[in-house]
Amino acid sequence: MIAALRTPRGLITALILLALAVLPLLTQAFDQRYLLSIGTRIVIWSIAAVSLNMILGYGGLVSFGHAVFFGIGGYAVGILSAHGVSSGWIQWPVALIAATLWAALIGALSLRTRGLYFIMITLAFAQLVYYVGGGLEAYGADDGLNISRSRFPGLIDLRDKASFYWLCFVALCGTLWFCSRFANSRFGYVIRGAKSNDLRMTALGFPVFRYRLVAFTLSGTFGGLAGILLANEGAYISPAMMSWVKSGDLIVIVVLGGMGTLFGPLYGTIAFFVLEESLPHLLDLMRKGWGEYWQIVFGPLLILVALYARGGIDSLLGRRS
Amino acid sequence: MDYLLLQMLNGVQLGLLMFLLAAGLTLTFGIMDLVNLAHGSLYMMGAYIAWTTISWTDSFVMGALLALPIIFVLGLVVEAVVARRLYARNHLDQVLATFGLILFFNELVRVIWGPAGKSIAVPAFLNRTVEILPGVPYPAYRFAIIVVGAAVAILLAWLVARTRIGMLIRAGASNRRMIGALGVNIELLFSLVFGLGAVFAGLAGLMAAPITSVKIGMGDDILILAFVIIVIGGIGSIKGAFIAAMVVGQIDIVGRAFLPDLLKTFLSASAASSAAPAISQVLVYIVMAGVLVWRPTGLFGQRT
Repeated sequence: MIAALRTPRGLITALILLALAVLPLLTQAFDQRYLLSIGTRIVIWSIAAVSLNMILGYGGLVSFGHAVFFGIGGYAVGILSAHGVSSGWIQWPVALIAATLWAALIGALSLRTRGLYFIMITLAFAQLVYYVGGGLEAYGADDGLNISRSRFPGLIDLRDKASFYWLCFVALCGTLWFCSRFANSRFGYVIRGAKSNDLRMTALGFPVFRYRLVAFTLSGTFGGLAGILLANEGAYISPAMMSWVKSGDLIVIVVLGGMGTLFGPLYGTIAFFVLEESLPHLLDLMRKGWGEYWQIVFGPLLILVALYARGGIDSLLGRRS
Repeated sequence: MDYLLLQMLNGVQLGLLMFLLAAGLTLTFGIMDLVNLAHGSLYMMGAYIAWTTISWTDSFVMGALLALPIIFVLGLVVEAVVARRLYARNHLDQVLATFGLILFFNELVRVIWGPAGKSIAVPAFLNRTVEILPGVPYPAYRFAIIVVGAAVAILLAWLVARTRIGMLIRAGASNRRMIGALGVNIELLFSLVFGLGAVFAGLAGLMAAPITSVKIGMGDDILILAFVIIVIGGIGSIKGAFIAAMVVGQIDIVGRAFLPDLLKTFLSASAASSAAPAISQVLVYIVMAGVLVWRPTGLFGQRT
């Protein structure tokens, strides 16, 4: 533990986690409420990115529909809340079970395919749910729905921004802990082995399909958790939270941070949000009015990352031991 | 009965438009092994460039004829600057880089043409109806799309099946290293195929413009449908893409046309009219999932 702090990577990671842990105190001290809301979104998106990394980074399965779990988790909370079930003790387990079941179902169907077919079938299932969300007249259809936040009476008030942030942070720590256990377990090694050569793993006697299905399902559960938090963050659900662009953003984040590394998705999320928030201002400094068009810089940046920065941010922090 | 016929024709028209888009996509994937998410951006650029050339020339046909070579050149530039570097990369890098291209093009359009949508008027000589059967009128412009789309489909089939370049394309799809080793200039072939795909996408975009609207991101949703089509048809197969495009076109249009009335029998009118498009969209994806479960490499895909 202490030894890990001696490497630059360990030190930087520890500092980032520490900064995230005390973020509400910092934003309160400097009276920067807006930063706390960005911080909350960073933490929630990190959870989703870590969960995507389990299958994308460790498993090599390019799922292009991960934002669907934002939607499933979010809509489970929103629909229950719209029917007067406001207790988080009911909402959250239902949402997690829904995300898990859906992940198991689409995993069982998608994992039969390979390559581009897998990318496209995961995208197609996500689009399917997206259009169902847009067709639900009772829950706001395309416009979305304002919901009330989950209630945990006597335990925590999610309307309080700082408490909610800390809840998200705890959830992120839990997700990271789970992911590290996953990555270093026998189970995780089977998944990683199948990434390099699934034929060989099959020949060694591992039922690769079943292992992948379990990994895909778990990844969906944590994606659902991120969805629950996202719905509570804005007190709002809409199909837009599971549009395919969000799935693309999640892939960008994982690759940007460093695939198949524990903290890569966290670095990636921070970098993504910092770029999204700062690029417009930077461009505006160069010339007034340019900031509006920040994506014209961001797009080519992604191309450069894809072409030249294979290891992502994680690889900038020095070689792994 | 007439109503059903008209809706089915609309389905054919939509299917042909999507086939134009899917043909380029399936060729670039089949031959260069490239997942090109930015193909939808070329569709959008086709519509915007045509809007400009049409306003220059004051004629739809002239503008369209002028726009196509511009899109061909644009395709060559995209190929030379970005796509060429991606052929040897894995699918993830390709998804990422071409996702970046989408963001770039969407923003570029906003810089050049502004955030508001544009509209292209239906050309005057087609702004009437034709009688496809005695007593059954059909908008001439939509009929023209069917004619042009079918002509391009036949041209493409001829090109791929009967010409030397088509022979190279087919050879490239089955083993690109081998044809390179046989002395074929595959880089030139790749550029050409990419440019051709761009022209088809641009043509689809500019023909769709008068019946939809020219707006930022117009290529994104239809791109996903085009991917669904090539996945159903089997990646790399022109024939598969054509059949799948027809099926998807019919599902989409017929679903939109008939589901609302069907749903109204057990839902309220407003719920039915908002649920019907969603259901017809969902149907497309269910068909795709069903095909992939049944045949994991699509209807006409190569078995590995």
